Amino acid sequence: MQILNLILVVFLILCAIAAGRTKDLVSAVVIFASYSLVMAVLWLMLQSPDVAMTEAAIGAGVTTIMFVAVISRTSRIEK
Amino acid sequence: MHSLWIEFLDHVNYIGAACLFVVGLYTVITHSNLIKKIIGINIMETSVFLLFVSIGFVSGAKPPILAVGEPGGFFVNPLPSALILTGIVVGVAITVYGLSMVIQIHKEYGTIELDEIVETEKEIKTQIFRKQDDTSHV
Repeated sequence: MQILNLILVVFLILCAIAAGRTKDLVSAVVIFASYSLVMAVLWLMLQSPDVAMTEAAIGAGVTTIMFVAVISRTSRIEK
Repeated sequence: MHSLWIEFLDHVNYIGAACLFVVGLYTVITHSNLIKKIIGINIMETSVFLLFVSIGFVSGAKPPILAVGEPGGFFVNPLPSALILTGIVVGVAITVYGLSMVIQIHKEYGTIELDEIVETEKEIKTQIFRKQDDTSHV
């Protein structure tokens, strides 16, 4: 179980670095959604299922929709 | 060496939270794109939540939900989870507020890059000073 915890944390750090480094904003937002989903799994492992539900619904759902809506109104490529 | 590895596995969440905070801060500071800055703020926020929930975790404990007819036992601390539940909602409010301001900035300046916005502001200021100089000479 602790090994899985370690793998999830390493995946989170890699996702955060990748979201910072991509030039395409839509792919950055998709990477951030996967980051939120892995964070929800991590919270399930930390025995707090209420936080996991909220994170999966709000962090991966609503936030991604808002980011995509704003990117569709502004520009997609970061200079 | 072995006990060090066990110690590292026990505290991997704290180390991960610190690393995530630093990565998010780096994203906020170095990128001039405003949406990237908001993503960095989100990463910092989730890292702080991870730190809080990890502090309340008890290894081998159950989630703090009482079922009828079931014996009690060890529960994880429910206080950090309740606080973080509020924190997630506040974080979404902050994110959406920032995104709405990004839309307004894009309407005003036509770009969401911070350095281009600063350049435009400088040009506007120099034009205003030139106008003032012309009127004062006449």
